[in-house]
Amino acid sequence: MNILVCAKQVPDTTEIRIDPVKHTLIRDGVPSILNPFDSYALEMALRIRDSVGGRVTVLSMGPAQAKNMLRECLSVGADKAWLCTDRVFGGSDTLATSFILSSAVKALEEREGKFDLILCGKQAIDGDTAQVGPEIAEHLGYPQVTYAVEIAAGDGSVTVKREAENGWEQILVKTPCLITATKPAFDLRFPTLKGKMNARKAEIPHLTNEELHLDVSRTGLKGSPTKVKSTFTPPVKEGGVIIQEDSDEQSARRAVAQLSTAHII
Amino acid sequence: MDYTGYIITEEQKDIRDMVNEFATRQIMPRAAEFDVKGELDWESYNKACEMGLLCPDIPEQYGGSGMDAMTSSIIRGDAGLGLTLSGNGLGIKPIMLAGNEQQKQRVADIILSDKPGRDPRWPQKRFGFAAFALTEPDAGSDAGACRTTAEKAGDEYILNGRKCFITNAPYADIFTVIATIDRSLGYKGLTMFLVDAHAEGVSIGKHEDKMGIRQSATSDIILENVHVPAGNRIGAEGQGFPMAMKTLEQGRAAIGSACCGVMRAAYETAIKYAQERTTMGKPIYKNQGILFKLADMQIAIETTRQFGLYVAALVDAKDPQASVLGPIAKTYASDALQKVVTEAVQILGGYGYMRDYPVEKLMRDAKIFQIFEGTNEIQRMIIGNNGIKANRIKN
Repeated sequence: MNILVCAKQVPDTTEIRIDPVKHTLIRDGVPSILNPFDSYALEMALRIRDSVGGRVTVLSMGPAQAKNMLRECLSVGADKAWLCTDRVFGGSDTLATSFILSSAVKALEEREGKFDLILCGKQAIDGDTAQVGPEIAEHLGYPQVTYAVEIAAGDGSVTVKREAENGWEQILVKTPCLITATKPAFDLRFPTLKGKMNARKAEIPHLTNEELHLDVSRTGLKGSPTKVKSTFTPPVKEGGVIIQEDSDEQSARRAVAQLSTAHII
Repeated sequence: MDYTGYIITEEQKDIRDMVNEFATRQIMPRAAEFDVKGELDWESYNKACEMGLLCPDIPEQYGGSGMDAMTSSIIRGDAGLGLTLSGNGLGIKPIMLAGNEQQKQRVADIILSDKPGRDPRWPQKRFGFAAFALTEPDAGSDAGACRTTAEKAGDEYILNGRKCFITNAPYADIFTVIATIDRSLGYKGLTMFLVDAHAEGVSIGKHEDKMGIRQSATSDIILENVHVPAGNRIGAEGQGFPMAMKTLEQGRAAIGSACCGVMRAAYETAIKYAQERTTMGKPIYKNQGILFKLADMQIAIETTRQFGLYVAALVDAKDPQASVLGPIAKTYASDALQKVVTEAVQILGGYGYMRDYPVEKLMRDAKIFQIFEGTNEIQRMIIGNNGIKANRIKN
């Protein structure tokens, strides 16, 4: 199965601080990491490849420094990585990004063959929009399944277990299709020594607008209808109380007792 | 001579960071549990092998990855697990140093094969194990007193004897065994053999219940009329002693890095705790008594690291100075280690003494480094005598 994984380099939010005056993220000196949800997508792709064979290609859009993250993807076993980068792509919102990436997918298919499966993380932990994956599917006219926790490859189709509000759903979908991944029961595997050394030497080719020939009014800031009005730090929610007694009845009694002690009821 | 290995390269840094992350995320959170049980954490061990951290110094031509830059980082995760990995390296070292091509390929195949359930004794075992069998109940530092015998019979040798404190013995597929072909020859009778651990007449003694490095398994090996084909002799008859010394010499260079790993783990815990713990209205590191301890710990780590890297570079460059400086590095590192772990426990105070915090384990793990691979007393004999040899006056 020929699989493409879309990956984004994001600031490590466990390290991030918020500027108390400007209310913006302080990105200086914050290490960049592979977006965790993309790492789950990559692990799912590698597992499919390990079981049925095929290739895993990784695509990212971003500045040249995103190559470090792409090398990480190669060191755990991705076969090839591409970086989509151009000044005219800078400042893109989700609409422009998904437009560029879907064009990049078509351009890559000329070089890497048709992809049966495109995998994305459900969202990036910096912007948290969860829009880019679904939008790529729309641009390509592909069926999409979001919030996947498990993917099993079939013949001309895949079976996806997805997280839903009340449990899990199992969906059979024809390939080619796009799937976004949420946190599964596993993490991305550790790199191997050989993988690490090969990744250091690997060539990561660029895809620029010279290859894609996109209308620049649809890319970058010009192609982005989203305007950020303001960013702010939401007030911190106070921690709640979890009541879990041996039985539902006991839990209910305890809840009522606590509420009445607090004079709420 | 060109000692390029002394300053670590970007590639080595990359690998060090990779192994550090593996130790932090995979080994460390489970280390306390397996220390108490006194068992190997097979899951982490197998993952380490999958990553290629098992005997990374097996040359590429035999299927290995041809490098070693991570000892310290693995040991930082857990000394017992790290020593289980490197015990294999010690076990195959005599073959890599003095074996023939067939023997080298054979051990590389055994070590690097990845077959689940390959050993009925250990269902979780997936990769091969090797053990270096030199020590005997009455022959530790005094290897010449070896009582294990190898009797030539046609195109075979018959081995009889008992080895003790052998790292990885219970898991091993192969042993490199020192035996004497003639006890009257002393050192000159010692010969090294590659022994199939599954062969008839080989049995394993009880699991030793150790003070520290409890993830590492240590047992006796009993050899009763074990038939070893002559093709499994490593090098020539009578060459066993220099071969064993060369093996230990190379191992000693790595002990510096290993000690550094335990020190780092202790230091990381202590310097974090010193900032979190407040007494009398301020974090305890603001007291000079604590701050100076932290400084001394850092000095010990850095000097050990630098010295270890230098000796490793000498070994790589095949510089004879390595055999002079190796014992100094081993002794210095393991002595420094005792101070660092003791001070880490001291900084954590009562908590440091409790099993809920990681430093008491590190203190138990640390002690072995002054004992194994030649006790520090033996090292000082070597160091002192080397000094006399180099400065002998004529009389």
